[in-house]
Amino acid sequence: MSIQVKDLPFDAEEISKFAEKRNEPKWFSDIRLKGLAHAEELPLPAPEKTRIADWNFTHFNYQIRSSAGSQLSELPQPVQKVMPRDAGNVLIHVNGVPVYSHVAEHLKEQGVIYTDLATAIREYGELVANYYFKTTPIDRHRLTALNAAVVNGGTFLYVPKNVTISEPFQTVYYQDAPSSGLVAHTLVVAEENSSVTFVESYLSDQAVGEGAANIVDEVVAKANAQVRFGAVDEFTEQMVTYVSRQAEIARDGRIQWALGQMNDGNTLSENATNLEGDGAAADIKAVSVGSGSQKQNFDNYVRHVGKATQSQLLVRAAQMDASNSIFNARTKIERGASGADGEQTQRVLMLSDQARGDANPILLIDEYDVIAGHAASVGRVDPDQLYYLMSRGIKQAVAEKLIVEGFLAPIVDLLPIDTVRDQLTTLIERKVG
Amino acid sequence: MTIPELKINDLHVSVEGKSIVKGFDLDMKGGEIHALMGPNGTGKSTVASALMGHPKYEVTSGEALLDGENLLDMAVDERARAGMFLAMQYPSEVSGVTNADFLRTAINGRRGEGNEIPLMKFIKTLDKKMQMLDMDQSFAERYVNEGFSGGEKKRNEILQLMMLEPKFAILDEIDSGLDIDALKWVAKGVNAMRSETFGCLIITHYQRLLNYIRPDKVHIMMNGRIVKTGGPELALQLEKEGYDGMKAELGIKDDETVEA
Repeated sequence: MSIQVKDLPFDAEEISKFAEKRNEPKWFSDIRLKGLAHAEELPLPAPEKTRIADWNFTHFNYQIRSSAGSQLSELPQPVQKVMPRDAGNVLIHVNGVPVYSHVAEHLKEQGVIYTDLATAIREYGELVANYYFKTTPIDRHRLTALNAAVVNGGTFLYVPKNVTISEPFQTVYYQDAPSSGLVAHTLVVAEENSSVTFVESYLSDQAVGEGAANIVDEVVAKANAQVRFGAVDEFTEQMVTYVSRQAEIARDGRIQWALGQMNDGNTLSENATNLEGDGAAADIKAVSVGSGSQKQNFDNYVRHVGKATQSQLLVRAAQMDASNSIFNARTKIERGASGADGEQTQRVLMLSDQARGDANPILLIDEYDVIAGHAASVGRVDPDQLYYLMSRGIKQAVAEKLIVEGFLAPIVDLLPIDTVRDQLTTLIERKVG
Repeated sequence: MTIPELKINDLHVSVEGKSIVKGFDLDMKGGEIHALMGPNGTGKSTVASALMGHPKYEVTSGEALLDGENLLDMAVDERARAGMFLAMQYPSEVSGVTNADFLRTAINGRRGEGNEIPLMKFIKTLDKKMQMLDMDQSFAERYVNEGFSGGEKKRNEILQLMMLEPKFAILDEIDSGLDIDALKWVAKGVNAMRSETFGCLIITHYQRLLNYIRPDKVHIMMNGRIVKTGGPELALQLEKEGYDGMKAELGIKDDETVEA
């Protein structure tokens, strides 16, 4: 089924000029034009049970100059708040433009690359070209194509073979330009036997008004590599978000997703992990709180291809006010993935009579010798828990808040940067309070 | 300090339309420890849950006064703040909330805004009480009752009792499923609470616990009300003769028994 949408507000000429201004190599601007062509033809994705036809994915200003200074002290307050308390490996973007970065010298010496996408395609073009739109096809649908066409921000993290890094890499995106669109594309590449932790925070100010975000993250973990990927999304209520986070995991590789999906606006989220190699493993944890009248659709997908691959998926969400969220968890075990083990759990707490939440567990299994399980529930706060807390003198509203925050805590605890953990905790408190 | 007083008059309680407690009377003062004994299904736990205000238990008539105030008019949390405490038979698990956060929220809920317990004082008190109950320090940071063994849950109930310092506590079968060591720790905690400003009602099937916590009064409950009251010797007599002996003595027919 194709969905009719408004025409795109930009054309090939405009995009070519944009690429030229940014000094982009030809291979990259070619991808932009290819993306544009697809975006003009392809339909929007068709998420189940969420009507997105009237969401504004396409009309926004993508050519913005940053107004922020490049001194740490000049960074917007919300950005400063989520930065590490001591100098870490940080990359800050304001309105898509990189304004500050810091990477430890000893990491650069080991060959680690951590920079914004625009710099990466100029300085490490060949490397970037190997991974850009490889786990996620440009022509999956109109929104991925759009990302290719007008990408205006992003991050490139490359970790060479055998390099293991315990300190996290952090990226912060902050939008405050009116009607702006953040079109970001991030690549995280972990070569064989490497280990890395990456955390991204997305923030916006009310000044954006009706803006949009189109985010495509691609993660590649090669043989025996380990990637920990954390994210906190915090866009304001008039921003429409499309976010795709996809990973390709090779033999004995491992990924851990810890996603705090806390946008206040309409959100379409696709998270996918491809366990390609034997022994590859994924641990996916995501939390969200729906509030106001926002509509959200979350699709978490794991595909088992290799033998003895393992996945654990845990989604927890609370639905407040008149919010409406759909949660799909899909575990696919391909033929030949013998010994695979895929487990998924989705739990949605309904905290308002007007809210709606739907959890759809889906298992598709084409192999006999596997273990797979799912659990999904949508319900209210457990009255026995409430009674127990209240019997100790805790007021009902406080007790409910404790239960909900506790319910969402397992994901908060996984975020490796304490300021980002604080960001998520504060967000949960605000949205639930 | 005034001595607290709990008066229960002619209490009747139904669960899902079924009458279970039928005319329960009890007078207790601070400084007293009472034991409430009786066979399964006579309504002992129902009395406890009804006094605490569990939504499933409907008080159809009677009154319960704590220092003259009608408990039955209060919400569950208000009863707790008024000074009631129930150590539950099956305490809930609350994932993601640490024991320490839970206790601090509960204590501050009682103390009220602007009068919160200083953090250091809280930590010191908690450490001390946990030591007294032979609980590992890690329990403070573990999620409330999650993954606790039966004995650990019971000890955690007593820890809450000691931290919250209520006027009256009801211990609902705190001894069931406890080994003798755990039983001693629980008893130690309760004995440490003994004072003029604290009264305690111990609900139990067995005389065993009363070896460690000596009650001032023992009540026998059958068919939804107290049928006999005496001193500690009553528990010993019961242990010897069993409930059947007691029934024969009191001329009670072995009729209906009800769900606890």
